[in-house]
Amino acid sequence: MPIKLEQVDFVYAGGSPFERAALKGINLSFLDGEFVGIIGQTGSGKSTLVQMLNGLLKPTRGTVTVNGLVTTAKGVKLKSLRQEVGLVFQFAEYQLFAETVAADVAFGPENQGVPASEIAARVDQALLNVGLPLEIKERSPFELSGGQMRRVAIAGVLAMNPKVLILDEPTAGLDPRGRDEILSRIRELHRQRGITVILVSHSMEDVARLVDRLVVIHGGQIVYDATPREVFAHGSSLKTYGLGVPQATEVLGLLKTKGWAVPEVALTLDEARQAIVRAYQLRRELA
Amino acid sequence: MDILDIADLHHIYRGHEGETIALAGVDLVVSEGEFVAVIGRNGSGKSTLAKHFNAILLPGGGRVLVAGLDTREEALLWPVRQMVGMVFQHPDNQIVATVVEEDVAFGPENLGVPTAEIIARVDASLRQVNMEDYRTHAPHLLSGGQKQRVAIAGVLAMRPRLIVLDEATAMLDPIGRSEVMNTILRLNREEGMTAVLITHHMDEAVKANRVVVIDQGQIVLSGTPAEVFSQYELLEALGLDVPVAAKLSILLAESGLPLPANILTAEQLVDELCRLN
Repeated sequence: MPIKLEQVDFVYAGGSPFERAALKGINLSFLDGEFVGIIGQTGSGKSTLVQMLNGLLKPTRGTVTVNGLVTTAKGVKLKSLRQEVGLVFQFAEYQLFAETVAADVAFGPENQGVPASEIAARVDQALLNVGLPLEIKERSPFELSGGQMRRVAIAGVLAMNPKVLILDEPTAGLDPRGRDEILSRIRELHRQRGITVILVSHSMEDVARLVDRLVVIHGGQIVYDATPREVFAHGSSLKTYGLGVPQATEVLGLLKTKGWAVPEVALTLDEARQAIVRAYQLRRELA
Repeated sequence: MDILDIADLHHIYRGHEGETIALAGVDLVVSEGEFVAVIGRNGSGKSTLAKHFNAILLPGGGRVLVAGLDTREEALLWPVRQMVGMVFQHPDNQIVATVVEEDVAFGPENLGVPTAEIIARVDASLRQVNMEDYRTHAPHLLSGGQKQRVAIAGVLAMRPRLIVLDEATAMLDPIGRSEVMNTILRLNREEGMTAVLITHHMDEAVKANRVVVIDQGQIVLSGTPAEVFSQYELLEALGLDVPVAAKLSILLAESGLPLPANILTAEQLVDELCRLN
């Protein structure tokens, strides 16, 4: 289910005094099985961009092609597109509504017309995929913890068996353990089921250790589209875009200014550890 | 005088699936000029506690004194609310007006402050959060960090004794987070504003004078950031974490580098590493 954006512009409130270009000349493709991060300041156009990917928004100019279908073409069936490209919004738990967890997760596949006999299995699978125990099914989603509610909401999207999963800030407001649990489940889903994952995040640490490819958006335009290692080598420009680098990279940067022989970028703490230990040993040998 | 004096505070939520004990005997004193961070996992009782600071919730047991005023006394509700300003997670849910200065004026207007005084307070508050250039802007066109600074200005215009930020940085990008943190640090250090910061970001909690850890409705740990974040195993067992620089220091010490135990920030770590040679 490849997705391709060509010369996409999006203008909010076009023709009114409040007209504002949210996306300008976006060229971007997502291939099957990729794990892509999208970072950008609040208001940079990230959320507008991801809503293009399942046809919730249509470009003002240019085309968005999802699995060969152009979202602006006449008579295109956006409903099936939205089932295959699952979008988990920010604070998705606010969209929970049913009396039980099972009913909430079943809502998507029921609307898809999945046979009743198959729905129970889909619900179980989706809950297991997000790491929730099946005992939780008959409970009210509103009596769960924040992290559990967030995972129920993600399960509701997974139950539709999407080929592409887009998550907009899936860990905002969660405690460190809740955050790690959700991210490791997403990584497993990507590895085991091979679904394409697009992760919108404000956490440089999270994208650094998870994604294969990182897209940076600023002022409605793509400013970087490369591996996290390449992107985080541009620390000072990232700061002007309201972003930053992972702290492991920041420590290496500070050490470098003090004359330590360390690389510019570390994506994980373990990588930073190894680089610092090597540089430390080198300094002792030279001293 | 203590701004907050909380003794044996209990709170129980009653739902149709029974009772949930949110606070089970909390004792907490916050003195004038302190900057206290409260950390704890989702559902630990942090936000319930914060809602007792300005009588949004009332004690099910124990008591809360705000600058000596008991929140259980109905007649004191408005004085209490005026003394404790709250900033919440969602910037868009706390902005009421269509122009920044009107939004900041909303609080003092409701307090019946005279117009000339309101204008002076709005000027001063916007200056305090470094947003004076935006006074005639529309709030919905501001960035997340700017919106939260406007929300802080709106609280400051009510001349509170205590400002409480309940996960006020959770939705912000890195620059927005540092804007809000720098604003609070400046207000606390330069103007002596008492502040309580509820957060999931350990790197923010490090900047407080004191860190309080809540779990299952009780305070389980309290001390300076260095004292609290040296309890790595306990924090991890509670579903929490230590700041990134502290974690990296622990890893480096495990690899044999003779680093001290109380490193909390990237700058400290780099200084200590350079001292090793």
